[in-house]
Amino acid sequence: MSVVTTEPHDHESQHDHEHEHHDHKPGGIKRWLYTTNHKDIGTMYLVFALIMFFIGGTMAMIIRLELFQPGMQFVEPHFFNQMTTVHGLIMVFGAVMPAFTGLANWMIPMMIGAPDMALPRMNNWSFWILPFAFLILLLSLFMPGGGPSFGWTFYAPLSTTYSGDSTALFVFSVHIMGISSIMGAINVIVTIWNMRAPGMTWMKMPLFVWTWFITAFLLIMVMPVLAGVVTMVLTDKYFGTSFFDAAGGGDPVLFQHIFWFFGHPEVYIMILPAFGIVSAIIPTFARKKLFGYASMVYATASIAILSFLVWAHHMFTTGMPVFATLFFMYATMLIAVPTGVKVFNWVATMWRGAMTFEVPMMFALAFIVLFTIGGFSGLMLAITPADFQYHDTYFVVAHFHYVLVTGAIFSIVAAVYYWLPKWTGFMYDESLGRWHFWCSLISVNLLFFPMHFVGLAGMPRRIPDYALQFADFNAFISIGGFLFGLSQLIFVWVLIKCARGGVQATDQVWEGAEGLEWEVPSPAPYHTFETPPVIK
Amino acid sequence: MAKTSSIRWTLPTLLLAASANAAAMPLNMTRGVTEISQEVYSLHMLIFWICCVIGAVVFGIMFVSILLHRKARGVQPAQFHESTKIEILWTAIPVVILIGMAIPASKTLIAMDDTSAADVTVQITGSQWKWHYKYLGSDLEYFSVLATPREQITNRFAKGENYLLEVDRPLIIPTGQKVRFLMTSDDVIHSWWVPAFAIKKDANPGFINEAWTRVEEPGIYRGQCAELCGKDHAYMPIVVIAKSPDDYAAWKAGEETRIAQEKAAEQELLAMNMDMSELMANGERTYIAYCAACHQPNGAGLPGIFPSLAGSQLILNDKTAHIDIVLNGKAGTSMQAFGRQLSLKELASVLTYTRNAWGNDTGEAIQAADVYKVQQGEGE
Amino acid sequence: MAQNKPLIGKLILIALAMFGFGFALVPLYDVFCDLTGINGKTAAVAATGDNAIIDTSRVITIEFLARPNKDMPWVFAPEVQSMTVHPGEIHIMNYLAENPTGRMIVGQAVPSVSPGQAALYFNKIECFCFSQQQLAGGKNMLMPLQFYVDPALPAQFNTITLNYTLYDVTQAWAAQQPQQNNIGE
Repeated sequence: MSVVTTEPHDHESQHDHEHEHHDHKPGGIKRWLYTTNHKDIGTMYLVFALIMFFIGGTMAMIIRLELFQPGMQFVEPHFFNQMTTVHGLIMVFGAVMPAFTGLANWMIPMMIGAPDMALPRMNNWSFWILPFAFLILLLSLFMPGGGPSFGWTFYAPLSTTYSGDSTALFVFSVHIMGISSIMGAINVIVTIWNMRAPGMTWMKMPLFVWTWFITAFLLIMVMPVLAGVVTMVLTDKYFGTSFFDAAGGGDPVLFQHIFWFFGHPEVYIMILPAFGIVSAIIPTFARKKLFGYASMVYATASIAILSFLVWAHHMFTTGMPVFATLFFMYATMLIAVPTGVKVFNWVATMWRGAMTFEVPMMFALAFIVLFTIGGFSGLMLAITPADFQYHDTYFVVAHFHYVLVTGAIFSIVAAVYYWLPKWTGFMYDESLGRWHFWCSLISVNLLFFPMHFVGLAGMPRRIPDYALQFADFNAFISIGGFLFGLSQLIFVWVLIKCARGGVQATDQVWEGAEGLEWEVPSPAPYHTFETPPVIK
Repeated sequence: MAKTSSIRWTLPTLLLAASANAAAMPLNMTRGVTEISQEVYSLHMLIFWICCVIGAVVFGIMFVSILLHRKARGVQPAQFHESTKIEILWTAIPVVILIGMAIPASKTLIAMDDTSAADVTVQITGSQWKWHYKYLGSDLEYFSVLATPREQITNRFAKGENYLLEVDRPLIIPTGQKVRFLMTSDDVIHSWWVPAFAIKKDANPGFINEAWTRVEEPGIYRGQCAELCGKDHAYMPIVVIAKSPDDYAAWKAGEETRIAQEKAAEQELLAMNMDMSELMANGERTYIAYCAACHQPNGAGLPGIFPSLAGSQLILNDKTAHIDIVLNGKAGTSMQAFGRQLSLKELASVLTYTRNAWGNDTGEAIQAADVYKVQQGEGE
Repeated sequence: MAQNKPLIGKLILIALAMFGFGFALVPLYDVFCDLTGINGKTAAVAATGDNAIIDTSRVITIEFLARPNKDMPWVFAPEVQSMTVHPGEIHIMNYLAENPTGRMIVGQAVPSVSPGQAALYFNKIECFCFSQQQLAGGKNMLMPLQFYVDPALPAQFNTITLNYTLYDVTQAWAAQQPQQNNIGE
C-alpha cells in the first residue's frame, strides 16, 4: 500500500481551510488504517483497484505472450490455465468492483448532500479485508500444484474432484470478497435511503446514485448465492457431500445454474454504475440536461429485474429442454430493449447540445460506441441456435471484453478524469490524457476486435495453443494487447502528475457541470456537507 | 465479408514461417455441411446485418451530432430533455425487431430438437483428454486421441498442416443418414463441437445429452473440445470423416473383423514372453501417448496434482497394486482404468517401462500373463 | 442514526436469506427437473405400474446403455442392447455385473434418459439404481430393472435411451460403516 502514502498528507490538510480544527487525522499509515472518512476510503478503493488492474493486466500479458505464436513457448498449459482463471477473478472482483465501490464512496455522499457514508466504521472494515482476500488468492499461485486453474467460473467437477488444494484458499478468498461487497452494498443502500439532504427526493438523485442504489441491491441479492456455491464446492471437495457429483446423486449442471444465478446479475453489477457515470458526463459536456431521466431510472430497474431471469443463456449447450431454452432466449433478447433506451437517451442528450471534448467526454463517447458493439454481440449470443456456434469461442471473449473493458473500465477511467480535479484540486494534464485516450482506443480495438473473427473461425477460448490458421490473427491480437497494456502506464503518469500539482481547478471544474459535488470547493474538503445543503 | 487471404502485411516476417503451411483463416462463421448448420449460418448473418443497420443509424446520428453540435461552432444548447412520444417509439421499435429475430431463431431451435428415429447412433464419451466413440448395436468402440507429435507442440519440429486438429482414429459416419450422438463424460465436463455440423453439446459426467446430424457431403470435418476440462483442454480435437453409406459399411465390417482378430491374438499373447528391450521400447511409446500428459515425460508428475512415478513407493514396493491401479484406476482421482483402453501387450509394456525408467530400477519385466492374472482377480 | 438500524437489519436479513436460497436451489432444482425432465433425471423412487393401460397402437424402442465410469473396474452390461415395447407394458431388463478384481466393491448406478423430456414418462417399478450394490471380488450378479413407459408419452418420441453410469462408491460406503473392517484395499 505504499502508493497510498505517496499522497502528501500535509498538502491535503493545507486545503482544509475551515475544517482543519476538527479533522483529527492521525499521521502516516495510521490515518489510512483507522480512517472512517468516505473520501479516504474511496481513495484507497480506487488505488487498490488500480494496483489489481495492473496485476490482472500482467497476467493478461502472459496469456497474450503465450498465444503470440502456436506451440508452447513460455508457460506450461497448467500455468496458462491459472493465469486465465486468476486474471478473470482479479479483474472482476479486484479491479472493476472495487473501483466502482471507490467511486461510490467518494461521490455518493457528496452527490446527495450527506456528510459521510451512513456506516463509516463498517466502511473501513469492508475495504481493509479486501487486500487480504487477494493476498490469499495470489499466494495460492505459489502452492504445490499451483493456484486455481478451473476458469473464473470454476465449473464443477473440475473445481471439486479434479482440482488442487489451492481450491480451499480460493473459496476462502471468495468468501472474504463477498463479505466485503455485501458490507459495501449495505452501506450504499443505507446512505442513500437515510442520508439524503432535505429536498433531495428520489427522482432528483443523480443517475450515478440511482444506478448504484440498484446495483447495491443486486449485490446483496447475489453475492450470498456466490458464497453458497463456493461453500458447496468446498464441502464437495473436502467433506464428502455430493451437490455436484453424479456418483452421490448430485448434478454438475446444477453448479452452473447456481453459479450463473449469481453470475448474470454480477454482469450488471459491473455495468449499471457505468451507465450512471456516462449519464453524468454526457450532459456536462453537451451542456444540456440528460434526456429522459425518468426512463433511465426505469430502464436501470428493469435491467436489474430481468438480470435474474436470464442466467441459463450461459448454459444453452448443457442440454436444456426446448421450452426452457426458448424462455431464456426471449428473456435475454428482451434486455436489449432497456439497454437500447439508455443508448438512445444518451444520443438524444448530445443532440443539439453544445459539446466540447475533454478526456472524460472522449472516454464516455468511446464507451457508448464500443459498449453498444458489445451489446450487439450479446444480442447475437442470445440467439440460441447461433450460440451453439459462438459458445465458448473467442467470439464470447470478444463480447465480454467489449462490455467490460471498453464498457466498465472505460467508464471508470472517464469517471476518474471527470472527478479527479475535484479530488486533487488540480486539473489533470489534458494533452497527456488525450494521448492516453487515443492510445487506449486504438490498441483496445486491435486487441479485441479481431477476436470476433477468430471466434467465428472456430477458436475455442481458454486454450494455450491453437491450430495454425489462427496464427496471424493471434499475433496481431497479442500486439494490440501489449500496446493496450503500455497505454495504461500513461494513465498512471497522468494520475501522479495531477496528484502533485498543476493548474488550480475551479469549484465547478467543468463549465456545464451540475450537481452538489460541484458546489463544494476543489479539492473537496475532508468533511463536506456537515450542515445539509439546500436543494432547490 | 471479403475473403481477405491474410493480414500478413501488418506483421513481421517472422510470422510468415509459422503460418506458411496454414490455410487462410475464414473471417466468418462456417456455413457447414448440414441443413441445420446452414440455417444457423443464415440466422447469424441476419442478426449480424440487423445489428449493422441499427449500429449505422445510431452511430450515424451520434457522429452527425458530434460534428454539428459542438461548442466550437458557436451553437447554443437546446433545452429539451424529454419526449414521451419518442421514448415510447424507441422502446416499441426494438421490440418489433426482436420479434422479427425471435421467429426464425425459434424455428431453427425446434428443428434441431428432432427426436425421430436415427440410422446410426454413436455414444461419445469425453475424458481427460480424449474422446471415446462407441457405435450402438455393435462391438465397435475406440478412443480417439490427438495425433500431433509432442515435438511439434514444443516447437522442435515444424508444425504440420492440421496441427492440433488431427487424431489417431477419427469418427466415421455415413453420409445422407441421420446420425445421433449421445454425449457423456467420464470425469469433468467436456463439450463436443464440430462447427461444420453446428453441433456443440456438453458431455456431462453421469448424464447423457443428445444431438444429431445428417451430413450430405463426404469429407473430413474437424472440431475441438469447447469446455475447459483441465490442463490439456487444447489437446483433445475431434475429427469426423463422412463416407458414403457403402464405404461406411465396408469400413465398419473391416473394423469389426479386426477387433475379433485382436481378441483372439490376445489369448496367444498370454503364453508368450516378450524380452525386456522390446517391452521397454513399446512401453515408452505407450507411456508418452497415454500417461505423459499427467505424469510428465520424465515421470516426475506435477506436484500437488499428479503424483510422481519416479521413486514411487507404490511402484517400487507393490507390484500387484501397481498393476491394479493401471488396470482399474483410482476412484475420485484423475487416474483412469486403462484396462479398458489398452491391449494386454500395451499394458505389460507400459508397466515394465514405469518400473524400470527414471531410476525405478526394479529390473522386473511384466508380461501379458501377469497383467491378465490381476485382471482376473488372481493377483496374490 | 436510529433509523439506520432497522434498515441494516432488513438488508442483512435479505443477504442471509439469499445465502439460504443458494442452498434451497439444490432441492428446488430437483423439483424443477422432476417437472421438466432437465438432464434426463428419472425419479429416484419406485413407481407403481398398477393401473396403466397398454397402448398397443404404439411401439417404442428402448435403448439400454451401461457404462462403468473410468475408475470402476466392474464389467457392466444389459442383457440386450435394445427392445421394443408398447406404452403401459411392464418389462424386466436384467443387467449383468461382474467384479473381476480381488476386492469387494460397492457400486452405484446413476440413470439418465435421453431425450430429457421422455424421462418424465419412463417409470421404474424396481431398479438396482435405487440403492448401492455390493459385489465381492471375482463374483457376478444379475441386477433387475422393472419398468414401463407411460402411455401419455408425447407422440414425437419413439426412441428412449436409458443410460446407466456405474460409479465405484466403496470409499463413501466404507465411511458410513465404522465397524466394517474387511474391505480389501
